[in-house]
Formats: sequence, C-alpha cells, structure tokens
Amino acid sequence: MTQTPASPPPLYAPREPIFPRRVKGTYRTLKWWIMGVTLAIYYLTPWIRWDRGPNLPDQAVLVDLAGRRFYFLWIEIWPHEFYFVAGLLIMAGLGLFLFTSALGRVWCGYTCPQTVWTDLFILVERWIEGDRNARVRLWNAEWSFKKFRLRMTKWVVWFFIALATGGAWVFYFADAPTLARDLVTFDAPLVAYSTMLILTATTMVFGGFMREQVCNYMCPWPRIQAAMMDESTLTVAYRHWRGEPRGKHMKAEDADQRGDCIDCMACVNVCPAGIDIRDGQQMECITCALCIDACDEVMERIGKPRGLIDYLALSDEEAETKGAKPRPIWQHVLRPRTILYTAMWSLIGVALVYALFVRSDIDLTVEPVRNPQFVTLSDGSVRNAYTLRIRNLTAEPREFRVMLTSEEILRIDVESDGSVANHVTVPANETMQARVYVLARPQDPAADAETTDLRLWVEDVETDDRAGVATIFNGKG
Amino acid sequence: MADKKDIDEVTGTDTTGHEWDGIKELNNPLPRWWLWTFYGTVAWGLAYTIAYPAWPLINSATQGVLGYSTRAEVAQEIAAVNARNAEVSERLASADLSTLAPDDPAHRFGVAGGASVFLAHCSQCHGQGAAGVQAAGYPNLLDDAWLWGGTLEDIEFTVRHGIRNDTDPDARWSEMPAFGDILSDEEIEQTVEYVLAISGQEHDAAMAEQGMVWFQEQCTACHGDSGEGIRELGAPTLNDAIWLYGGDRDTLNETITYSRFGVMPAWGQRLDEYEIKAVTLYLHQLGGGE
Repeated sequence: MTQTPASPPPLYAPREPIFPRRVKGTYRTLKWWIMGVTLAIYYLTPWIRWDRGPNLPDQAVLVDLAGRRFYFLWIEIWPHEFYFVAGLLIMAGLGLFLFTSALGRVWCGYTCPQTVWTDLFILVERWIEGDRNARVRLWNAEWSFKKFRLRMTKWVVWFFIALATGGAWVFYFADAPTLARDLVTFDAPLVAYSTMLILTATTMVFGGFMREQVCNYMCPWPRIQAAMMDESTLTVAYRHWRGEPRGKHMKAEDADQRGDCIDCMACVNVCPAGIDIRDGQQMECITCALCIDACDEVMERIGKPRGLIDYLALSDEEAETKGAKPRPIWQHVLRPRTILYTAMWSLIGVALVYALFVRSDIDLTVEPVRNPQFVTLSDGSVRNAYTLRIRNLTAEPREFRVMLTSEEILRIDVESDGSVANHVTVPANETMQARVYVLARPQDPAADAETTDLRLWVEDVETDDRAGVATIFNGKG
Repeated sequence: MADKKDIDEVTGTDTTGHEWDGIKELNNPLPRWWLWTFYGTVAWGLAYTIAYPAWPLINSATQGVLGYSTRAEVAQEIAAVNARNAEVSERLASADLSTLAPDDPAHRFGVAGGASVFLAHCSQCHGQGAAGVQAAGYPNLLDDAWLWGGTLEDIEFTVRHGIRNDTDPDARWSEMPAFGDILSDEEIEQTVEYVLAISGQEHDAAMAEQGMVWFQEQCTACHGDSGEGIRELGAPTLNDAIWLYGGDRDTLNETITYSRFGVMPAWGQRLDEYEIKAVTLYLHQLGGGE
C-alpha cells in the first residue's frame, strides 16, 4: 500500500552559498603559481609570433579552420595528419589515468579551468567585498547603496575577466593582432563576436555564480575519476584516528582523552566546495588541499604536529589506525599500475615524435578515373586517366616531375600548365590536382590485359625527394 | 512541510515521505537552478516553434513569425554566389574561347562550372563520365575522334545549335540513306566486309573486294575515298578504332541497312551564354580537345 504525505518535503534545493576564507600555506602558494602560469599560457599564447617565412602565418599557435591547418610552433598539421591530434588525445586520456590513479582528483584541484577561474573570481570577490566574515555579512545585509556598489564593482571586474577569457579564445583561430583591431573597429566576423559572447557568459556564470555546482552536477569527471581510484591513491583526507574525539576546549578536564582536532572549523571555512573533509571522502571534494593548509596553520599554533588533514590513501587509514608510521609519498605514487600508465604514455609520445620526424613533406594520392575505366583512341591505343592530389607540405613552392614505373610498356602524359612536359608546380602549403593520362599502344600487352600494375611517382626536381602510389592500368581484357 | 523530517537510518538521508509497502523513497533534492534550466528550455522550445516553421497542420505546417524557410535560404545563397561570380561569368560569356588563356581565371571558372552544366544537362545521354553510350549511339567525348570537329569553335557550335534537330535552322545536318532500299542484302554484306577490312578487323577478303566496288559507288561521297570521314558532313571516320554504334559485323550491317539518325538538341535555346561557353571549355579539356 502506498502512503503519500499530505505535504511532501521540497524536492528542489537552492544552492547553499559558500564563502571560502583566505588561507596561507604550501598548497595555496602552489595553487597561486599554477593559476598564474596556466592563465598566462591561455591569455598570452596567441600573441607569440613565430616566423615561418612569407607564405605561412607567423602566429606560434594557430588553428586555421578555413585553411584547414593547425600550426604549433615549428609543427604544421594538415587534415590528413589528424592522427597526431588523436594521439595527443590518447596521451591526455592516459595522462589522466596516471594522475588519477596516483594523485586522485589532482586535475580538478589544481589545473581544471573551472577551478582556476573560480579561484580567480573568488580572489576578486575577496579583494572587493572582504574575507569570509565580511562576505557573509554582506550576503545577509539588506540591499543598500554600499552593497549595490560592492556588488556592481565585483560584477564589472568579473565581466572584464570573462570578456578577456572569451576574447583570448577567438585569437587562437585567427591572426591575433589583426583580429584584435577588427574586434575594436567592429570589422570582425560575426562568429568571433558570438563566440566571445557565449564564452564571456559561460565564464561569468560558471566562475562567478555556479562554481561547485558545475563540478557536482554538470561535470562527468568526478564520477569517472572516482572509478579510477584505488586504495593506494593519494587523496585529501582527515586522520580521524588522530583527531577524534574532537573537542573545542583544550584545557577541559578530559583534554588528554581528546584527539588533536579542536573543531575550529578552519578546514570547513576555507573549502570552496563547502564540505567538511572530516566526514571522509566525498564526491564534492576536488582535492584542492586548502583544508590541509588551514589545518596545518592551526596545528602549528596549538603546538601539535602538522598533517591532521593530509594527502592520504585508503590503505593508510587501516595501517595508521593500527599504529604504523605514515608512508612516504613516493611509495604511494610508484606502483605497477602507475608505472604501466607511464610506460604506455611514453610509448605513444615517442611514437608520435618519431612519426613527426619521419613524416614526408610530399604527400601523393592517386585516384584512377573509373567512369569510364579506359578510353580507346582512334589509333587503337588504350588510355587511362588518373587524378593526382599532390600536397606540398613546405613553405616554398616546389616543382615536381611526374613519372611512372611498371613492368609493362606504358607512356605517361601529364596535363599541366607548365612549360616543361610532365612537370607540375605546387604552390607553398597547398594541395594541387593534376590529371595524368597513361597510354598503352595497341601492340603493347597492357592494352589487351585486364589490368597492369603500375606506380605513379612525383619527384622534387631540386631535391629528388619522391612519393609514389601503386595503382592499376585497365586494359580491354 | 507539516510532516516531521523523516531520516533514513542507513544513509542518513531525508526521505520524501512516500512509502510503498514499507519501502521509502530517499530525497536527494535536485538543484533548483536545474529546474529553472528545464523551464528555460521549455520556454525556448515554445518560442522556437512560434518563431520558426514547426507545428504540423493538415496540408502544411505553421510558417513561424520570422518567415524563415530553408528553400528561401538556399535560393538566397545561390543568388549570393552568382552575384559574387557575376564578374567572371560575364567575362566568360563575352569571351572568345579560342583566345582565352588557360590560366585565365575565367577559363578555370568555366571548366569548373562547365562540369556542373554537363552533369545537369548532358550526362543523361553522354554519361556522367562523358564516355557516351555506344549501344544508343551517344558519342564518347573523351577520345580523339570527333564527328563534327573537336576545336573550341566546333564544340561551341555543336552545343549551341545541336545536331539534326527541327528547332534550330543552323543545326548540324546530314543524313545517311538507308541502304536496305538501295543495295541488296548480299551487296550490303560485301560492303560490311570491306569496312571491316579498312578498319583493320578480321574479314572475308573475297567479299571485301566486291564490297569495295559498292563502297566506292555509294559511300565515298560522304565517308571519303579511304573511309577517313568528312567532318563538314559529320560523316564518321571508318578506318580507325572508334565506332559510334559499334564496329562488329552485325552492327555495321544494321547501320548500313537501316541508317542512323542521331539527334542532339540545340542548347543555345536552353542554356545561357555563360553556360554554353563553360561546358565547351569543360568538354575541350576532357582528353580529346583539338
């Protein structure tokens, strides 16, 4: 039988505001550095110049969607070399496995853009509205001129950060100085403005207002990463065997019965996810380690050893409860599993670097014309046509001679605008199509055979570098 | 709300208060912003169906207040492309093809545009690859044999005026008689052997010798003394390896007995100047242009 309450509890929860307190310490310093470096990479990369000669763009990192090229420093990736991108994605995946199995959600805590930008937005918030207590007061205060002024200042600063974020993104897809000028004079393409608008809005909303909601409800990584952790994975945890039973009064009668935790709530107050780490591992925890800094500060002040909250593995809990000493970090990190991931990661990396260095700067594809398979000429000769796609992957125009090799007698005739017979000039960084005719005279065996194997070649006139593709000649047989 | 909070013992989570045979439903409330996002998408969806064509009616669908239509957009895009190309296509339309340089943008534009004109208007008979259909007598346009000439001027004229049609007085015209009414069956067979002989195929030498007499009497006026063909008359070369309808004994017999009458429309009446020039350039560079 079903019972339904007359008035059910609310099924939708409003966001609980979180006011992280300022904290100092090792991890906070590390996080400041990582934030500075990652943001600098993001904002400044499009402005780095890289001279590639007169025929190619001079932007160090450029995704040229219209020209279908990707430029990264001295490397240029063509669409047919997209396997490099696939390889990098596989490496990124394996890297995530490696870091997650060794250090848990370290990506979330230190380098995820959501974390970095939220951190930056909280920094601005703290700078304008004050630290935790001031912000709580302002939150609870009635709307006044002061509250309005502080909020507006904060939002305007946020907006400019968000605008710069969306703005930096579009610079990766076009020449940055040109686009910057066009953006200001309203000559930039609509897609640049709409991309900026969308990214400005998402940065503002995600970094300023949604914050941990993005991690908890929108991001799949917390769930996926949780599945990749094991009992040796380092994660931020509370040494409850040392801290409990917790109590506020150090000088109370039963002080010697109590643990080290004085229940000061410092770890809770600094947490950007709004959780209590002492409740154990939680889905919301991004392992930003700020609670470690906060607790260490307190432990030092009350004269207890640091590390009540620390990077710990599940296996440590069992061992340390029984009285074992804390294990050094490297013992957690250096395990068969992580070594295997590192090996796989390096293997693919080495393979990609190898592929990068041995890749040819000529690429040839041959498409035999199949409709019709052959044409009979008036003197009885049999002619096949082929469409050649010759890619010149260098920054200089190149002249190629087109040749064929075959065990049978065949003649080649290249349709070209050049003055030299059977020569084709391909402009720098371009693909050129050339139609090639191959002819068998009536008395040649190839004319009456069903098919004859041949190989078509292009050879650089100056360097003799060549590329060849095997194909067939269709005869009357 | 009046109910007291009902906490599940195992998970420590609030329950909704719903109970089925003693089983209670845990309450893990959804974030409220998510609810608003849901309402937002509903509102967006409704607004979208009002703005754009959406709701099916009996004969059509609602048109949407923005008046958007994919057809109109395609037409607009085609018009925009044509406008962008107006200069080069006008230049091609007024150009003299024989003096147009191959690296002239108008030339390249014409070859590319001609390919689509060919696919739209010509490929039905001549085939997508322009190899023709021998069984039906649609000529192969890739080889080096031309009935009426393979220069740019010749091709342009043929495309513009067509062949043996009633609609264009300038159409290329010639007519081969049906020799079934003129020669006897045996005489025709002997002529066939002679044609096989001059085209280098297996033949009966005695019959061919006799056929030569009929050939010189009846055929050389159009096909030339040695069967080399006469382009002004569109009379095909007979002493080469290329056949419009086929060069085997039976097909030749049929051709001589009943004659042939291949017709091509005058495309000058259907295509505009640019299209004619473009398709001419395209045909000329297929491998047989003169």
